[in-house]
Amino acid sequence: MNHHPSIKRSTDTRIAAQSHFRTLRLGTPFQPRIDALGLKQDWYSWAGYRAPHSLWDEELEYFAIRSQAALFDISPMTKYRIEGPDAEAYLDRVTLRDVTRLKPGRVHYTAWCDDEGFVLDDGTLFRLSPTRFRLCSQERHLPWLLDSVIGYDVSVEEETEAVAGLALQGPTSFAILRDAGFAGVERLKVFDLAEFAHDGATVTISRTGFTGDLGYELFVPADKALSLWDRLMAAGELRGIRAIGYTALNRARLEAGLIVANADFTAAEHAIRTDRLRMPDEIGLGFMIDPDKGHFNGRRAILEARAKKKLRHVLVGLEIEGNIPAEHAIVYYRKSQEVGLVSAAMWSPMAKRNIALASLQRPYGDTIVDDLWVEIYAMRELQYQKLMKKAKVVQRPFIKLDRRTANPPADF
Amino acid sequence: MKAWDAIVIGGGHNGLVNACYLQRAGLDVLVVEKNDWVGGAATSRELTPGFLYSNCSYVCSLFRPEIMRDLELPRFGLQVISYEGGAVFTRDGDYLANYRDHDAHRREFARFSKRDAEAYDRYSRDVTRQCRFIQPLLMRTAPDPTSFKPRDIGELLYLGKKFAGLSAEEMALTLRFWTMSISDFLDEYFETDVIKANFALSGIIGTALGPMSPGTAYVLLHHYMGEVDGSVGAWGYARGGMGAVTRALAASFKASGGTIRTVAEVDHVLVKNGKAKGVVLAGGEEIYGKLVISNADVKRTFLKLVEEKELPDIFLRRVRNFKIRGSSGKVNIALDSLPEFPALPKDSPVYRADMHFTDSIERMERAYDDWKAGRWSADPFLDMMIPTTLDPTMAPPGKHFMSCFVQYAPPKIRGADWTDADRDGFAESVIAQIAEYSPGFRDRIVHMEVRTPREIEAEVGLTEGNIFQGELTFDQLLFNRPVPGYAQYRSPLSGLYMCGSSTHPGGGVMGAPGRNAAAEILRDLAKPILHMSPAHDVI
Repeated sequence: MNHHPSIKRSTDTRIAAQSHFRTLRLGTPFQPRIDALGLKQDWYSWAGYRAPHSLWDEELEYFAIRSQAALFDISPMTKYRIEGPDAEAYLDRVTLRDVTRLKPGRVHYTAWCDDEGFVLDDGTLFRLSPTRFRLCSQERHLPWLLDSVIGYDVSVEEETEAVAGLALQGPTSFAILRDAGFAGVERLKVFDLAEFAHDGATVTISRTGFTGDLGYELFVPADKALSLWDRLMAAGELRGIRAIGYTALNRARLEAGLIVANADFTAAEHAIRTDRLRMPDEIGLGFMIDPDKGHFNGRRAILEARAKKKLRHVLVGLEIEGNIPAEHAIVYYRKSQEVGLVSAAMWSPMAKRNIALASLQRPYGDTIVDDLWVEIYAMRELQYQKLMKKAKVVQRPFIKLDRRTANPPADF
Repeated sequence: MKAWDAIVIGGGHNGLVNACYLQRAGLDVLVVEKNDWVGGAATSRELTPGFLYSNCSYVCSLFRPEIMRDLELPRFGLQVISYEGGAVFTRDGDYLANYRDHDAHRREFARFSKRDAEAYDRYSRDVTRQCRFIQPLLMRTAPDPTSFKPRDIGELLYLGKKFAGLSAEEMALTLRFWTMSISDFLDEYFETDVIKANFALSGIIGTALGPMSPGTAYVLLHHYMGEVDGSVGAWGYARGGMGAVTRALAASFKASGGTIRTVAEVDHVLVKNGKAKGVVLAGGEEIYGKLVISNADVKRTFLKLVEEKELPDIFLRRVRNFKIRGSSGKVNIALDSLPEFPALPKDSPVYRADMHFTDSIERMERAYDDWKAGRWSADPFLDMMIPTTLDPTMAPPGKHFMSCFVQYAPPKIRGADWTDADRDGFAESVIAQIAEYSPGFRDRIVHMEVRTPREIEAEVGLTEGNIFQGELTFDQLLFNRPVPGYAQYRSPLSGLYMCGSSTHPGGGVMGAPGRNAAAEILRDLAKPILHMSPAHDVI
């Protein structure tokens, strides 16, 4: 049977939910703890939740990720529970990577496309059991996922509010989980997941993250969120645990070379201008495509674009001379021909290099990688300092930390 | 005897826009208006002391900002204020609101369907894409596809290039959008009745079609391509009622030296040797003009103001067959206090937004069935709002003006003219519907103005009371509006032009027909077009 979760809710439940209009920015299940630490009151809206840009100091929050352990609330991330005898086949059809090779207890980073082969989003797929998955993403896709259900014995349910999430990232993250009593967590290799007892419920811990560092993500029923937070904070007290906001995390992810939907590419369902649509090969996700795995959404279009060389863009890592971040700078060939745009840039404290992600128009960045320049407009005391700096296409990630993959993980 | 450079028949917003541009281009322009006020269907009148009504049109979004800027309308008092989203009351005691905040909007929809809540982004993307395709066409004269004039060929190429620039998927969507019913279109995105009804209302407003009639998807688009200060799709109130738009236009016109004569109803256009020479007023007075520009709809202009013998047969036949059907009415109400809606929390922003009571497409279609049978809808569709929640100028503090746009109201009741009893019955259907959701509503009413198609035609001059001066169906758009071969504001008579909503790009308080007509007239006069800023960029 095709379980259709969008059953009409009862009138009473519906009416009870009216009052949301009084709270335009919801708190997450961790909000009481985050509010207490949010000394800067520097909030932004993450999918309608009140999320911190920074709690006390964005620089120091970043260094907490790289030196100790940082706790970051990922509850606003969209989460879908996908379950049923055909869940594997269904997800194999909907997403790019080969789901038959994703074993229970494993996570993989994947993406999914519309029928034209344009990327709808990227995200992580957790295989919780042979027949149960969790798909996490930036954007919302329920209609797409439900429309794709036809012919599969599978249910798709949105569980963003029901499940709270935390990222615990940094060199001491493993030691904190061990000290918090999650016995066996040392057995988790990168992209492994396992369930652990917590406060009469279950917490799913995976060795995943968005920082390129040793780190874990924890998912727990919303009503157990605070006790999980407290448990980690208590265990981490002697190991430098700090709560952080998005600015710090965003720096870490850029060093790790990871992309963000609607920052580094425009998700297909949001792209009003059709020339902004991107195929996986155009945003560095070509590695996910497995032409031999059978049909998946967008397959025909993607393979045709490859065969006919119709791929028009490429996403690259750049190393830029000097030290001034090139955020949103235009990329030039031979200092004159406009060939692309920088979507994210920073001075990397870990690499001691000026790094950036950029989308370029092929063949630039693909077969022509020399003589690329970025024009940086640095506003300094109400004056633009215009800099033309040489850019070199480099491999991502920009940093590679042995502690991220070390087995067993170290204490720091 | 004085001959004006141009005489504009009718002081509606398009007539005034046209007159303003011509006057600023150096012509000596006279506007003749039959009422003792100007404004046409964009007017605010005080029919009971202390209360200003937006008698006909009641909200503002389509009015082109280029025109406001060119004609310095802010200097003459025009202010447009954005309002909150709206709501549809449901029959189970709940409501579905549209909040301006993206995430609040999603959460509100999720109360009814999580799926539909997440479908909104794709819907919004597709509608926005179509608006961006059409927006640049508004401020351009539609090309004549049969003409070999370089400008027509150039404009056709522009259209063709724009269309060819669409992806295959967009092209398909464009054609579907221009031909589908709003009901079918919404089925592609949403599954919940009330959510579909919420969007469908923009597809039927002012149109003698039901939500299941092909062509209504475009009507929705027509209501989405406006803006309030760059916020595309947003709607606002003109401060002081919609009359503020035409008051500002009239003031701008006079400030640039233009002349307005009110209580000057035109009986017919003076024609000599196939050329318009001026107008004859109802009292017999002749006014001479080198050009005559009609703000009246195409039927009124060519079936009432010009003698048949002056016009080609095929043209006349097409004018007679032009669809300009009455479908709506208006009930304006002065209230001594803010009505309460028990379904709505007292602090809801919806009080400052548009409200509706038709919670399914099925009910809308049933309301349309009544129209087909020559009755006003027993269960009408209302677009109701209380502008005084945001505009303090229209009623004394604590008191309110309520505007109810009502659909459907046929031009005739079972083939006979509307009677006063019919009008009262029509009003009662409206009041009864509101009172069902707002107990005690009747007791708050201080005064009421009821306008059926009869009143709208008699006072404003709109044939059958059709608010768009002709249906916005694809067969009556672009180079087919109002009549093939005459889509460029000219008529079969030399010196007689059209500038009303019967012409491209159609109805709504947009002003684009008035401005585009002025551009064509100035071209014919070989005058430079200096006072028109270019259409806004769509980037």
